[in-house]
Amino acid sequence: MAFDFEKPITEIQEQIENARKIAEKGKVDMTAAIAELETKLEQTRHQVYENLNGWQRVQMSRHPERPYSLDYIENITQGFIEQHGDRNVKDDKAIIGGFASIDGQTVMVIGQQKGRNTKMRQYRNFGMPNPEGYRKALRLMKLAEKFNIPIITLIDTPGASPGLEAEERGQGEAIAKNLLEMAVLTVPVICVIIGEGASGGALGIGIGDKVLMLENTWYSVISPESCSSILWRSWDFKEKAAECLKLTANDMLENKLIDGIVKEPLGGAHTNPNQMYETLKSVLLKNLAELKKLPSDKLIEKRIEKFSAMGAYTEA
Amino acid sequence: MSWFKRVKEGITTATKDKKATPEGLWHKCSRCKKVLAAADHINNSWVCPSCNYHTKIGSDEYFHILFENDYEELFSNIKPTDPLSFVDTKSYADRLVDTQKKTGLDDAMKVAVGQLSEQQKLVVACMDFNFIGGSMGSVMGEKISRAIDYGREHKLPVMIISKSGGARMMEAAFSLMQMAKTSAKLALLAKEGIPYISYITDPTTGGVTASFAMLGDFNIAEPEALIGFAGPRVIKETIGKDLPKGFQSSEFLLEHGFVDFILNRTEAKAKLTQLLDLLANRKLNLHTEEKEAPKSE
Ligand SMILES: [Zn+2]
Repeated sequence: MAFDFEKPITEIQEQIENARKIAEKGKVDMTAAIAELETKLEQTRHQVYENLNGWQRVQMSRHPERPYSLDYIENITQGFIEQHGDRNVKDDKAIIGGFASIDGQTVMVIGQQKGRNTKMRQYRNFGMPNPEGYRKALRLMKLAEKFNIPIITLIDTPGASPGLEAEERGQGEAIAKNLLEMAVLTVPVICVIIGEGASGGALGIGIGDKVLMLENTWYSVISPESCSSILWRSWDFKEKAAECLKLTANDMLENKLIDGIVKEPLGGAHTNPNQMYETLKSVLLKNLAELKKLPSDKLIEKRIEKFSAMGAYTEA
Repeated sequence: MSWFKRVKEGITTATKDKKATPEGLWHKCSRCKKVLAAADHINNSWVCPSCNYHTKIGSDEYFHILFENDYEELFSNIKPTDPLSFVDTKSYADRLVDTQKKTGLDDAMKVAVGQLSEQQKLVVACMDFNFIGGSMGSVMGEKISRAIDYGREHKLPVMIISKSGGARMMEAAFSLMQMAKTSAKLALLAKEGIPYISYITDPTTGGVTASFAMLGDFNIAEPEALIGFAGPRVIKETIGKDLPKGFQSSEFLLEHGFVDFILNRTEAKAKLTQLLDLLANRKLNLHTEEKEAPKSE
């Protein structure tokens, strides 16, 4: 599957393919031509992927082959034991979590989980958690705190689930509680946006000492589509909305709303998942080592200071 | 020093001598259409005596109800800016200036400290819905944060009056992070054992509901207010059918366990005084018309 903006790349790939066919059939020496095209391909790939705009990043973040939370857990950690349920209502399939080991260190990993096919997408509610998902996440975070184990959250959601049951069971209260409780967790918390970071649904597991975004992800208060429909009263302005919202990792870092960007393989995480896992693993280990040095009162103080400094206003 | 030991220190100078003057002599209830003298409507806290309809009011009106004229506005020097140079059908910068002109407000929130009762000072952060739908931007987040810090510093209880459509989209992720910022500050307030009251009014949705509005030691709602995370329109579109009657109303939230009680605006001052007197272990000074506590059956 290729996006429109990848067309210059696929065109060169086709030319290379054709050149190879000609070489085979006619026994013509195409080596030089192919080499030239391959150089051009590499240049074009850099040109395209290093200059993606907001909407293109949004598209990349939703690529159907992109690694999801469980893929990262499987490939970065060992011995993951998934825990279920909020001990109150039910088990939310859109949020997964449990203890696992990363290079010999135990961590609590919690992530939003999307499904890979129609059936699984429904099973995971498209990665849209209900209140019990946020409450399960908090239960697991408090468990990690009890055993003094750091927490890693993986964020990938188009938003918290809107629905009758979600409202009845207090979607707002569930998210709010997590924001307050996460601010004062005594263990290190690292949050990584691995795909979509939509609004309160993302923030509900997003209060950390380090909040990182993979290169081709987005994080904002609303999706570009919904923003378009509300502000322009039409679905047609999603690209414009994506630009206005300044939702890319670069924008977010520039506005000091996140702490860092994790580089993806050229072409996106899905084009070379193993490289993505390795990069993220080393970033997580580096940050864990750094955060583990801080005593918990310092950790909390710095965490609250960081979020308290977010905002743009004038003071006359 | 605990928050309730503080006694009134002299007389607070009222910075506002605001007598809520009626635009006309008569007020017609927008629900039951009954007509009454505008002054009587104001004296009844902008609540219709016939049908109990709570007219939407702004921060100045709430300060008037709670503090009469005995309050001081805080942090009025904090004003909005346009950090993202956001332009939709209109630029955010222009929208701010136009709305400021139209409403006479700087942004959608004012903070005041005043005498709720003779013995009790209270910090109140109150939203103004007519400023871009009471939407939460950086100014609201900062004012709430400072209101909480003020409460911590002076050992005073804090109340936030919510009336908001949620996030201010034109401030995008800055707006989102105000949820994190205000909730973190409330965690600090809680650690110090200072009461926080969330007073929820019609309508309160989105990021406001998913942060400080639901985090009160007391979540108190005015009658028949719309309170929810997702807006009714979004839910209706998602489930593809009409919503049940009374869905996301104050009464619905009470029934589902998310608000402590429903409070008529006409009783707000007395009931909040009573509540804080109870918390401060003070002798109660109940009005004679006070209803008796429900008896066990
Ligand atoms: Zn009426």
